[in-house]
Order: sequence, then structure tokens, then C-alpha cells
Amino acid sequence: MTAPAPLVDVQDLVKHYPGERSWLGLGRPRAAVRAVDGVSFTIPAGTTLGLVGESGSGKTTVARTLLRLTEPSSGSFRLDGVDVFSLAAGPLRRLRRRIQIVFQDPYSSLNPRMTVRQTLREPLAIHDLAPKPQRDARVGALLDEVGLDPELADRYPHELSGGQRQRVGIARALSVEPAFLVCDEPVSALDVSVQAQVLNLLADLQQKRRLTYLFIAHDLAVVKHIADQVAVMYLGRIVERAEAARVYEQPRHPYTRSLLSAVPVPDPAATAQRIVLPGDVPSPAHPPSGCAFHPRCPHPKKNERCRTERPALREIAPGHVAACHFAEQPI
Amino acid sequence: MTEPLLRIRDLRTYFVTDRGSGTARAVDGVSLDLYPGETLGVVGESGCGKTVLSLSILRLVPEPPGHIRPGSLIEFEGRNLLTLAPRDLRAVRGNRIAMIFQEPMTSLNPVLTIGDQVAEAAIVHQRLSRAAARSRAIDLLRQVGIPEPEERTDHYPHQLSGGMRQRVMIAMALICHPQILIADEPTTALDVTIQAQILELLERLQRELGMAVLLITHDLGVVAGTTDRVVVMYAGQVVETASTRELFARPQHPYTEGLMESIPRLDRPRARLHSIPGSVPAATAWPPGCRFHPRCPYAWDKCRTEEPPLLEAGTAGHTARCWLVAEPARRREEAAR
Repeated sequence: MTAPAPLVDVQDLVKHYPGERSWLGLGRPRAAVRAVDGVSFTIPAGTTLGLVGESGSGKTTVARTLLRLTEPSSGSFRLDGVDVFSLAAGPLRRLRRRIQIVFQDPYSSLNPRMTVRQTLREPLAIHDLAPKPQRDARVGALLDEVGLDPELADRYPHELSGGQRQRVGIARALSVEPAFLVCDEPVSALDVSVQAQVLNLLADLQQKRRLTYLFIAHDLAVVKHIADQVAVMYLGRIVERAEAARVYEQPRHPYTRSLLSAVPVPDPAATAQRIVLPGDVPSPAHPPSGCAFHPRCPHPKKNERCRTERPALREIAPGHVAACHFAEQPI
Repeated sequence: MTEPLLRIRDLRTYFVTDRGSGTARAVDGVSLDLYPGETLGVVGESGCGKTVLSLSILRLVPEPPGHIRPGSLIEFEGRNLLTLAPRDLRAVRGNRIAMIFQEPMTSLNPVLTIGDQVAEAAIVHQRLSRAAARSRAIDLLRQVGIPEPEERTDHYPHQLSGGMRQRVMIAMALICHPQILIADEPTTALDVTIQAQILELLERLQRELGMAVLLITHDLGVVAGTTDRVVVMYAGQVVETASTRELFARPQHPYTEGLMESIPRLDRPRARLHSIPGSVPAATAWPPGCRFHPRCPYAWDKCRTEEPPLLEAGTAGHTARCWLVAEPARRREEAAR
């Protein structure tokens, strides 16, 4: 028996920003920024891939290229078998119904001059999803589904709390009945108590509508509560990817281990040693040679090879890939 | 018992809002003590008043629209900072009590070198010569972990990463050896690996310099790892105070309890998260009675009408603003249901 084809299939995704010439085009060209440098993953229908990384890792660029809000430099993205990157403008617009995005800051992604009702009616009109007289009923049903009082329909974004705005952002994404939802840091701007509400809502919606999520976040603890698979990015590349439980329990890349140990645990009695990485995330315009993580790497076996040879992202156990020369040996 | 370094009593900082929606009672009767050498965490969600509290201490609240109500007291070295003459206040600010903020890029001057900014306080407060202040600044930059401080001192803020800028902010705050450092969300804008570096740095500096730290944060994980005692704020008030260990072991206020259960945790298996229903009310219209009652799973009639005071909750120094402390049987009944 072969496994069913995944809903989302991304292969060797690359996004390079060419270096610009400084000084009005007279100076030397700057180095190209390799924001995303060969990223591959698949997501089975109805499941969640958590994409984790620090600022500058390229995770948001991945999100934007999948929606073609930014054109990729190369690579492929198939959604249910359809090659998204080769679609012309017309078919792409129709396909956007199937892929939607929820942004980090619902305040800047909602139109301040539109009421909640107008915001939610617009996609229904653009995609001609409901006859005019039925649209208000659809708006009411959507608000109900995301846990908002339908009486809020005539409010403007500034009259809503942060959590309510994020629920409107989710309702707008759901209005066109997508199959694949890209969530780019959807709870990072929210307070803890509200963050939990929105995470639970996303989990409920996934179950009810069999949605597939790419869930992008910098917080590994948040991702743990929603992801089936986890991919960790560093400087434009995936350095480790596996079933969520394996990433949390048996991480094999030293960067994943450091990230996990750096998350503050809300327990004063916790004794786990924090691994404090030295230095900053390097610029993607000047990635270090060899393994891009080597200048900050705390691995006891780090050697000359790490400085010169880039470790391949390879399978070290079924479904578990890692890009470290020592990934085969547990630390 | 040692005397507190800073005593805050019944602090009320209000804001008059335009368009007639009333007065926002951002900080509404806060009392707390900060002892020498300790790290006190002030934790709460947005809108709870924690930042206005920290700004009030150094009288950095913009007036108008803000004003600190008469009757409020912030006592430091035997004097009420709220009634101090501007000249005397300047001698405290940035000298005896220093502050660091969440966003170092907006708190640093983009057109001055970092060395000049770090040295400024030493020139103003300690009347060091430019040369002496410069070499002191270089020492501090080294102490906060800036590589090659002799060169970096002539750099501008935009040439540094976010983590390095926060280190510069810390150097600026510490150059006069303050007795109190107020740190308002010092790591919130930073990546988690950089956050770990900055927290470690603050711990080390506190040990070396023996100052007291008031750490304002929304992150209970940061609180658990770095503080000795915690004050939990909700709706402009202190709702619970305890030693950090005691607070995490036996939270008494339902808000503290709910907050702790809402945190996604790495050390727990994946499960549905607990959440607190609703959201923080507006500061112009705090609910009557207990301000948390509309979101509280235990609330009964008394909570809707009578505002609870901070009640002693068992061990020394543990207080909670909740009627459950006086009627613990109700908690057990609710749990049994």
C-alpha cells in the first residue's frame, strides 16, 4: 500500500534577493541575500507542519512565496497535484481560494475603514461564493464558527480587542473555504490567556474542516501544542525535520537542542541546563562557510569539517532528517 | 528584617482620555516593596498597568494626559519621589535608579555613537571628564559582552544587532552603579537564543553589582527563571504577591492560576490548552466588585459587589486579592463539580 499523496508538496524552494548596487548604482554590487535556500517539505491533508526559526531564518519568506505574494526564484510547490508556481494570473486567482493566510498582526492586515461585515463579505463577492442575499447569513455563520458574537459584525477593527481581531482574520481566511491555511506567527502578538483561546480555536477548526496548516512560529512551546511535524530553519535552510514528538524528545541537531533549552520554563524548580548560544544569527547575505551554524555551535565534537563542508540534510531515522555531521550519534 | 529600598503605597496613575470616554485608571492603588539586592517580577498581560507603574516610579508618565493622584507615595532613601523638585529628581533618575526598555532601537539616539550615549550619564551625574567617562564606557561595554569595545564605542546604534543594542542599553543604565534597575520587558523583542544571553547577563550583573531589579514582564517563564518574588497585576491592581517558588507551587488567585494553565509548555505533553474566557476590560470601566469576576470560574454574588482586599494567604508574604482566600471551601466545591 502506498501512502496517499500529501496535500502540500514543496521541493527545493529558493528565494534569493539579488544584491543591489550601493551609491546610486555606481558602487560594487552587494552580495545576494539567500533568504530561502533549498527548502523541501510535505504536509499530509488534515495535519500541521510547524515551521520554527529565529528572525532572519527565512520562515516568513517561505510563507510569502507559497502564496506567491513574493515570487520564488526556483523550486516547486504542488497543492493537491496542481503546480502553483507555474500558474498564470487567472488560474492563480482562482487557486487563492484554496490557500489562505493568517498574519501575525491582525491590526495591520485588516482594513481600518471596513467593518467586520464588509471585510468578510468581500472575499465572498470576489470569488462569487454566495448570492448577495445569503452573504449576511454566511458572515453570521463565520463569526459564530470563530467564536465571535455576531453583534460585532458592524464594528471597525479599532473597536475590537487583539484576540477578536485575530478571530476576524481567521474568519476572513475561512470564508473562501480553503484547504490549506498558512498561519504566520498567528498568536505571537497576543497575550497568553488569549493566545490559548486562539490556539484551541485553530485546533478545533482543523478537526472540523479537515484543514491543512503550515504553522510558522518562533516559539517551540506554542508549536508543540499544534504541530504533527516540526521543521527547524536556520539561515534559509531546514536543519532538522521530523514527527513533532521526535523533535521534542530526540532532537539531533545542536541548533534544535539549543532552541529547546532556551525556552524559559514556567517552573522555578526546573533544573534543566540552559544552553546559551554565543553570538547573533549571521546575516543571510554572508552565511558562514561549511555548516552555517558552526560559529555558534556548542557541539563537543565540532571540528574542521564543520567549517569547510556543509552537512547534507539526510534521513537519520524513518521520517527524521537532520543536517549535522554528527546527527547519527545521540549527544 | 531589612528595610525596603523602594516603598510604593497606594499609587494611582490616571489618564484623562479625549472624546469623553472617561478617566483610564491605569494604575489604581498599587502598593509594593522592593528590597536591596532582590529581583522582583511584576507580571501581567497588556493593559494591566505594569508599564505605567514602572514609568510612574521615575515620573516618566506624560502629563497631560496622565497624572499621578495626590496621596500616592513612592519612597526611596527616605524621600517621596512624587513630590521631589525637578532638580533633585534628575539626580535620582539614571543615577540611583536606572531603567531599560523593551525596544532598544527607539530608546537609543540614532545620531550619537554608543560610547557617547553610555558615557553621558557619568559626565552628568558623576562629573567625570570626557576622557574618563569614555574609558569607563569602554569598560562597561566589555562587561556587558560587547566584543571589541574600543572599536564599537564609536559605532552608531544602527550598526548593531538587536541583542547588542540591548547590551548597550544595559551598559548605559549601569554606568552610575544604580541601586535599582527597572527593566521593562527587556527581552520581549529578542529571539529566544538572544533572550537567553540577555537574561544570563542581567543575572550576572546583578550578582556582581548587588543592585535590586524590578523586572516587568508578561512572560511567566522568564519570571520563574530569574526572580525572587513576584507581583501579579490585573486591571490596575496587585492581585497576588508571593515568593516565586510559593507562587508557582500554590497560586491563590484564580487569575494567576488561569494564566499559569494557559502557557504552552515544553515540559508537558501536547494537550488542549486551558484558556481564560473573555479579555482584559478597558481601564475606563473596570468591573464593579472584584475586577476579575466576569472571567472567573469561581465567582459568586459577593464577588460581583464587594471588592476584595489583599488577604494573607497562608505563608508569610503571600497575599491574594480574592474572597476565596477567606472561603477556601468554595474552591474545593468548584473543583469537585
